[in-house]
Amino acid sequence: MSTVTAPAPSITTLRNAVIRLAGNSQDGIQSIGGFLARLAGRTAKDVMTYMTIPSTISGGPSIFQLHLGSGEVLHTGDESDVLVVFYQHSYDDHLHALKDGGICYYDSGEVTELKTERGIHHIGIPFTQATIEAVGGSSRDRGKNMFVLGLLCAIFRLDKDKLVGIVSRQFGKKDESILRNALLAFDAGYAYPVGDIGSFTFEEGEHKDEHRLSTDGNTLMTMGLIAAGVRYGSAYPITPWSPIMEILRAELPKYGGMYVQAEDELSAVSMTIGAAYSGHLAVTGSAGPGLSLKMEALSYASMAEIPLIVINVQRGGPSTGLPTSVEQSDLLQAIYGSHGDCPRIVLAPKDVEDCFYIALEAGKLAREYSCPVIILSDQALSSRIEAFTEPDLDKHWVEPGLDLAERPADFKPYALESVTRHAPPGAKMASGRYPHVTGLEHDEWGHPSGNPKMHQKMTDKRRNKLVELSNKLPLPEIYGDTEGDVLLIGWGSTYGPIKESVNRLRSEGHKVGSTHLRHLHPMPAHLDTMFAKYKHIVVVELNDRGIYGYGQLAMLLRASLADPKIQSVCKTDGLTFRIREIVTGVEKIMTTK
Amino acid sequence: MSTAILEAPSAPVAPTSPEAPVADKLTKKMLTADHPTWCPGCGDFAVLAAFYKVLEKLQYPHEKIVCVAGIGCSSRFPYFVNSHGIHFIHGRALPLATGISLSRPDVHVFVFGGDGDGFSIGGNHLNHAARKNIKLTYVIMDNYVYGLTKKQTSPTSPQGFKSKTDPIGSIDRPINPMKQLLASGATFIARTHAMQVKHMMDIFERAILHDGFSVVECLSECVMFYAGSFDDSMPRKGGVYELIDETQHDVTDDVSAFKLADLPSPGKFGVFYDVDRPTKNAMEQRWIDDTQAKQAGTRHKDILKKRLEAMR
Repeated sequence: MSTVTAPAPSITTLRNAVIRLAGNSQDGIQSIGGFLARLAGRTAKDVMTYMTIPSTISGGPSIFQLHLGSGEVLHTGDESDVLVVFYQHSYDDHLHALKDGGICYYDSGEVTELKTERGIHHIGIPFTQATIEAVGGSSRDRGKNMFVLGLLCAIFRLDKDKLVGIVSRQFGKKDESILRNALLAFDAGYAYPVGDIGSFTFEEGEHKDEHRLSTDGNTLMTMGLIAAGVRYGSAYPITPWSPIMEILRAELPKYGGMYVQAEDELSAVSMTIGAAYSGHLAVTGSAGPGLSLKMEALSYASMAEIPLIVINVQRGGPSTGLPTSVEQSDLLQAIYGSHGDCPRIVLAPKDVEDCFYIALEAGKLAREYSCPVIILSDQALSSRIEAFTEPDLDKHWVEPGLDLAERPADFKPYALESVTRHAPPGAKMASGRYPHVTGLEHDEWGHPSGNPKMHQKMTDKRRNKLVELSNKLPLPEIYGDTEGDVLLIGWGSTYGPIKESVNRLRSEGHKVGSTHLRHLHPMPAHLDTMFAKYKHIVVVELNDRGIYGYGQLAMLLRASLADPKIQSVCKTDGLTFRIREIVTGVEKIMTTK
Repeated sequence: MSTAILEAPSAPVAPTSPEAPVADKLTKKMLTADHPTWCPGCGDFAVLAAFYKVLEKLQYPHEKIVCVAGIGCSSRFPYFVNSHGIHFIHGRALPLATGISLSRPDVHVFVFGGDGDGFSIGGNHLNHAARKNIKLTYVIMDNYVYGLTKKQTSPTSPQGFKSKTDPIGSIDRPINPMKQLLASGATFIARTHAMQVKHMMDIFERAILHDGFSVVECLSECVMFYAGSFDDSMPRKGGVYELIDETQHDVTDDVSAFKLADLPSPGKFGVFYDVDRPTKNAMEQRWIDDTQAKQAGTRHKDILKKRLEAMR
């Protein structure tokens, strides 16, 4: 906690704080974490959350970490200021994540063996027993999460009325007794005497914009898809993608659309291509294993020039890997995963807010370039909650249309001189000649053609539209120093931690900047002009450095720019980057020559 | 020539059912596209000719006809029909067609393919498209062999059939298409023969007019790689072409259909099963209509606005 002032002896004013809740997945720590994150959005503060969930059915150890701040919050916190533990195993596993001199609140009915180390303050409170006493009846320990929420509300002097309002709205959907019990537990926690450790209060939040939302990446991505005009698609359930298809399934009928669960990943992408061929903007999605299964059909979509959005919420490892952990190891699969030369567009959102805008952009690019657009999200981004400014729908809303206009006599589905614009079924042909859409190499009319010159020309056509896009893309902005020692490069959900790392490195006197690639394929042209101004280019990504020593994006940059300055900071432990991991990695590269 | 873009008022698709026949007469000449690349003597020519004739009879608007196929000799079908056509990847024609059928209730979807595409690489999709009762018609041109890749064993090759992948004769038990389709939940299941043009046309017409997932297995001889495969059902080769007598067979009775399917080769031909069950298309549309009705005309943009406001 960065302390600013101490107005009263027992109240410390904070600019930001990291709170880690550790328990089991069935304890509801995700819900109270969610309440706190939403409160942050409503009190002009910033927030970034991080959670782990076991990939087992019956649950298991789970954490929820919140980084709350009055200013900009760029990461979820390397170590926590406050640790709340529900069990002995939670204590044993997470005490290391508490900073020196931090405060540990523990369930005194569960945690019995304490370690006296690093000046940590221990405060034992019988969460379970106190909850049972407050709620009564046979509820047992259900509601102890609400007790802890009340406790945290008191300790951090949070806006109790707003917090109760958020809780009431959530539980109000269920039956009355559930809300009553939740509030009884909350009040018991709020009133519990925590002893002489004192309490804290946050500086006034700086995010004064009128409408501030807080939600997770998957939810906002789905809202972005709807705003982009997506009304159809199909998918197969897989962690951590499933929430997007669940929301689309429930929401699209309101917009006259339909989202269908398919029997497998191959069917899912095929149905989606069917809807896209029919003239709609359609989306399919999955995690890495499912994306692998979709690859043949995605190659078809490049060949047949079908506009399509594909979302890959990346998770950890090859094969089934780590279904509930984060990694950015599907970049090469997203760009090159299919057979043959099949150009497609690959984008990655940088934070939760950007999930909305990347979905809009994907829709626009798919239509404009008539090809598949893959969005690489990841497990951390999909589930973490952030606060951000409400998108202006009046500005961004895309009304879907179905273009069934009669096509002129000179219509050709695969005209060499222009980007393909398919005529969907239902469109009349003035020539009386109907188009064939195909995955065989073809001539301009969609007839199969094995002509060597035609294959070259069509390969050029499919590639050149992406070359054109590359030339149109603006160079990404630079944060920090625009020339100097190091330029950090990132993509996807590492945006915040990389930016914070730049702050740290600059505060240590280094001349450091960072830039973030939202367009990963094609990349903006002329990145080399940016790179020329730095001694080192360090690509920070959550994938393996490989046998040649470079992560996936670093490898692509080295291959395209042939610049030996490009180095990697990589890791694959299934966790998000800690700031010190990036800083240490960069410092090591700066000092080796 | 109209250049207007049809802006759908509330849904991206005006959810209309396939249109009634129009005055502008659709002819075989209008439906003919490239000359088929099939080998001389291939049974598929007759299937194509029968399809033209049925379309001539049904007179659907030309632009509302969509032909879909996967991979195989018979899957070249869409290139030979002058209609909207899409030639997809091996085994996935049905899910692609499902995407078209569900998102475009205003068009007529026809899927063509062979035994490899339908029963082998695409077998899973056949089961699911059938149980979901997707509104479309699927013609499986069954030749008991992989022809495009020059004679490998197919899922319908009889045991003992010698192919490049079974030099001592096929070891694996072939699937029984009728039994498999019955078990899958298809609502219209029939069997016909490429050499019986009149019967084939009658069956196609009934299949197309069926409101649901209609599937026709059409025996179609591969003269290059499995000549004589269907001689036992060809009267001019000394075989017997025996039709199902629908005064004796109740087409809504799946148990008796299953028994019919158990007859030894060449079995019987005709409609095995034909029942009415709501299509997925109709049930999804009902959900959409009910949901839209509840919103009492709220603009779509405002629905999303409210959804976002709830995140404040």
